Order: sequence, then structure tokens, then C-alpha cells
Amino acid sequence: MITVALPVLIPLTAGALCLLVWGRARLQAGLAIAALAGMLASSAALLIRADSGAIDVMHFGAWDAPVGITFVSDRFGALMSVLASLVGLAAAIFSVGSLDPARARGGHYPLLLTLVGAVAGAFLTGDLFNLYVWFELLLLSSFVLLTLGGTRPQLEGAIKYVTLNLIGSLLFLATVGLIYGATGTLNMAHLSRLVPELDPTFATALAAPLLVAFGIKAAVFPVFFWLPASYHTPPPVVSALFAGLLTKVGVYALIRSVLLFAGQETGLLATVVLWTAGLTMLTGVLGAVAQSDMRRILSFHIVSQIGYMLMGLGVSMAVVARGGPEAGGLAALALAGSVFYIFHHIVVKTNLFLVSGAVIRARGDSNLAGLGGLLATHPALAGLFLFSALSLAGIPILSGFWAKVALVKSGLIAGQWAIVAASLVVSILTLFSMMKIWTGAFWGATPASAPPAGARERRLGASIYGPIAGLAAVTLALAAGGSVAFGFASRTAEQLLDPADYQRAVLPASVAPASAGGEG
Amino acid sequence: MIALLSLSVAALFGAGAYMLMRRSLVKLVMGLVLFGHGANLLIFTMARAQRGRPPLVPEGAEAPTAPFTDPLPLALILTAIVISFGIVSYAIVLIKRVYQDVGADDLSIMTTTDR
Repeated sequence: MITVALPVLIPLTAGALCLLVWGRARLQAGLAIAALAGMLASSAALLIRADSGAIDVMHFGAWDAPVGITFVSDRFGALMSVLASLVGLAAAIFSVGSLDPARARGGHYPLLLTLVGAVAGAFLTGDLFNLYVWFELLLLSSFVLLTLGGTRPQLEGAIKYVTLNLIGSLLFLATVGLIYGATGTLNMAHLSRLVPELDPTFATALAAPLLVAFGIKAAVFPVFFWLPASYHTPPPVVSALFAGLLTKVGVYALIRSVLLFAGQETGLLATVVLWTAGLTMLTGVLGAVAQSDMRRILSFHIVSQIGYMLMGLGVSMAVVARGGPEAGGLAALALAGSVFYIFHHIVVKTNLFLVSGAVIRARGDSNLAGLGGLLATHPALAGLFLFSALSLAGIPILSGFWAKVALVKSGLIAGQWAIVAASLVVSILTLFSMMKIWTGAFWGATPASAPPAGARERRLGASIYGPIAGLAAVTLALAAGGSVAFGFASRTAEQLLDPADYQRAVLPASVAPASAGGEG
Repeated sequence: MIALLSLSVAALFGAGAYMLMRRSLVKLVMGLVLFGHGANLLIFTMARAQRGRPPLVPEGAEAPTAPFTDPLPLALILTAIVISFGIVSYAIVLIKRVYQDVGADDLSIMTTTDR
């Protein structure tokens, strides 16, 4: 079905069209916004279909799975595709009012479209090698977006970003080769059928390098250094786009691929994931304490929150490895916590970075030492920041709270005390960091160096407030409709943990049927 | 044959890792290139190449006669080579720009964005 590929085709086609009207920034911006709105609509259609339990599949070039390249839209993939288009749309609108003309003319919009299209490709593909190709496409677009403008901090940040991400990619590529050698397939549905027949130790050995490769891309401890070194260097709108999407592609790939091997796993990988999750949470949040620049603080918090996403995966894997009568439900609860957390995090984090962009726009700086009094001069911005910041910290009834409730509850039932304790401590420290930004930037007296209120070049227009308010509305809907969203996350987790439907949808009947029992 | 290829893969990965840990930007890029070659050669090794058995369909037949070399890994490698060509071109331009801006080929002084 061609609809499965639309969220990828629309932005990539629009990106190519943008190249044809090179240098005409307004036209490119219009094209980008229209294309991303179309992508959002087509992804939403996929999500609605996927939630009915249908798994739509498209085989490219009439080569059936497991030989050809397959696109699959299940609940997780469709949800991530919706989030990618949402973040892309917000970033494209925000670019109109915040980006300098040189960058806007120099290819910002085509790169943004290619990046978002590649991210959607990574979410929708059902083939490991194709996933590698999308990873490279999104990396290459992000490399150029990161360095567009070529200031010295951008270039220095890019060196670290490029090197570590390429090492991750090459490790992934090498593991793809090993997996092909071991199983003779790279189709994820086919793999989920063949992996349970492998020797458990061997399966763990194949999953381990994937864990490292996607761990680098997701910026987990101890391989996260590239993120805080580079995310604050490009224009704020690019930071927001990266913050919302890129590490989450790593987390998505980690969850997908590690779960392929989870049924066959001895508990070793689960322990590694849980330790990584805890240390990622702690180092990220402690790194943020020492920072005084808004964007640097927020960058370290990305690292910290990746830990929460891994926590659900780790608890779920530990429960599956231990087995027992209620393992299935508990594993689904933990994984649903991760899915909900990713949903919440992408929206909130993008929004906080957009707010930092608005602050830079209003005051010319995002260092807390030179800020203050924004509550008096920009009350609406202050309100939107506070709402998103409290959601991020997980204040009760806001969206982050529901995500953390599921994670902590599953951790307690599973008896993973250490990770639960770590997650609660990190929550408090997150709140502390957000309050530091609040008191530093929004409260207090306006410094004398601040430009006078109403200065023309510092005014914030609709293209600044629009995306911020829109994403805040999504966060609010996620909090208000917490039980609906959580129900969806639970169904997503169940679908991820039981690959039988996925296999039936993707593989033709001629491919050997699942061995009795399968993985659970 | 497999043993020889495996040793080559190990040598490429080892040399690549060593270069990546050097302070020089040029050596960093060389390290990435060697790493990429190692990964490609690893996929080639996994294809269990058979000497003199190309995956060609003889005239009049429907499928190549077994045993034949699996063509899929070669397609994967070809794709990976094209991608790494683009990436390496970017990396070379990047280090040139960094060298022009910073005035040195030394990673250890590029810490302004870490503070």
C-alpha cells in the first residue's frame, strides 16, 4: 500500500522541489510547511489505521518479504512518524520568524525536509539494512544543518557529533553483516521468527553491538559526550529539531532491534540496559546542574531523559527473561511507560528548545547570567515555558507524570529498586534545573543590558508563538487525555512484545510458519 | 580464505580504532575510512563467497545452480560504499573548514563547546 510510504515520499519530494527554487527562502518555507502538514495528515491516517490493529505493509519493487525492502506501519512506527511530522512542522514554522536570511537561503528548508523524511523512513522501515540507509541519510542532513553558517562553535561541535555518530553507524553496519551471516535475513519480521532458533549466547552476542551502536545514537552513558558538545551550537530551531527527533530515532531502533532478541535473552542484556538507564539518568541531570546556559541545561536533560526511555525497556526485558505467570502484562506495562515517555518527551523537549529560541530572539542570549525579568516583558512566553518545564519534571496530572507513574510502578512490581530510586532522585533534580531556568531567565529584574521592550528586531511574532503554543496544546491534550493515550501506549507495547501479527502481516505464507511457542 | 578475510577485517578495525584515538583531524578521518572498509569487508566475509560460482542463471534455466555466491551482501556493500563516499566527502570538507577556522590540526584544543 503506497500510503505507508507517503510520510517519507512527501517531505523528500518537497525537499527536491526546494532545490529547484534555490535561494528563494519564502517559497521554500511555504513548500516545507505545506509538505510537512501533508506528512502529518498522512501519518495521522496511518496511526488511525494502525490503532485498529491493522498492520499495513508495502513491498518496494514487487519483491516480497523477506527479500525485498519492506515498509511496515504498526502502532509504534505510525506513532513515531506522527511525532516526527509534528516536530518538523513546528520547526519549519518557527524557522520563518527566527532564522537569519543567509541560512534560510542557504538550504535550511530542503535539509529540514530531507531530515524529517529520513527520520520517518527509519520509523517505518521493516528492514535492518534499510534502517541503516535512513540513518545515514538523516545523519548527513543533520551534519549539514548543524554546520550551516560555519561559525567556530558549530564546527567544533560538529567534529564530535560527526565522529561519534559515524562510529555508531559503522558498528551498526558491521552488525547488520553479522546478523545476515547468522540468519540469512535482514527483514525484521523474518528475524523475529528466526532469532528464537539461535543459541541464546550467540543471540546475545549479536544484540550487544546493536545496543552499543544505537546507544551512541541515543546518547546514553557513557557515549553521550557528542550531544552536549554540539546541540547548543546551531540556530535554536535546529537545536529544537535535533533535540526532539534525533536521539529518539536511536531509542526507537534500540527498542525495536533489542526486542527482536529479547525472547532469546538470558537476562544479561536486561541488566546492562538497566544499569545504562540509571547511569544515563544520573550523569545527564548532574551535568545539567553545572551549566548556566539555557540550551546547555536542556541538552543535558535530553541525556537524562533517554535514561527513562531505556528504563522501561530494561524492566520489560528483565521481566521477560525471568518469566513467570504475570510476566507478559508487567513487561507490557513497563514498555508502555517507555512509549508514553517518548511521546511526551519529543513534544515537551522540542517546545522547551523553541522557548529558548524565543528567549534568544527576545534578548540575544540564552545564558542565565545575562537574563531575567522575562516574566514582566513576555508573560505569555513565561507561562508556556513554565507549563512545559513542569510537564518535563513530571508534576502530577501533567504529561510527564503519567509516563513516570507507569515506569515506577512496573519497576516496583518487578523489584528493580535501584532504578526506581534513581528515577525518583533524577525527577527532583530535573525540577531543580527547570526552576533554575525559571528564576534565572523569567523571574527577577530585567538586566540593564536588555533591549528595550518593543524593539522591532526583538519582537516575537506569530511564527514564534504559534509552534510553541501548538506544542503546548499537544502536551496539554496528552495530560488531559492521559488514560486514552496510555491505553494506546499499552496496545503499542503489547504489539511490540508479541510479534505474531507483525510476522503474519509482513511475511508471505510460503515462508516457514512460526515454530511452536515462538517468543513471548 | 575465510580466515584470511577475518584477519583482514580485524586488522582494518584495529587500525581504524587506533587512528580514531589520535589527536590529528586528518588521522581521525582516516580512522573512519578504515573502520568503514572493515565493516564492508566483514559483510563480504559473511556472504561466504564461493570461488568461481557467480550468481548467474545459466541459459534456459530458471535459477542459478547451487552452490552459488549470495549476491545480496554485495548489493549491501555497494550501497554502503556509495553512502560512505558521501559521508567521507563531507568529513573532509568539515576538517578543512575546522583547520581554517581553528588554525590547527589538533583535537585536544577544540574544547570551547564542552565548557
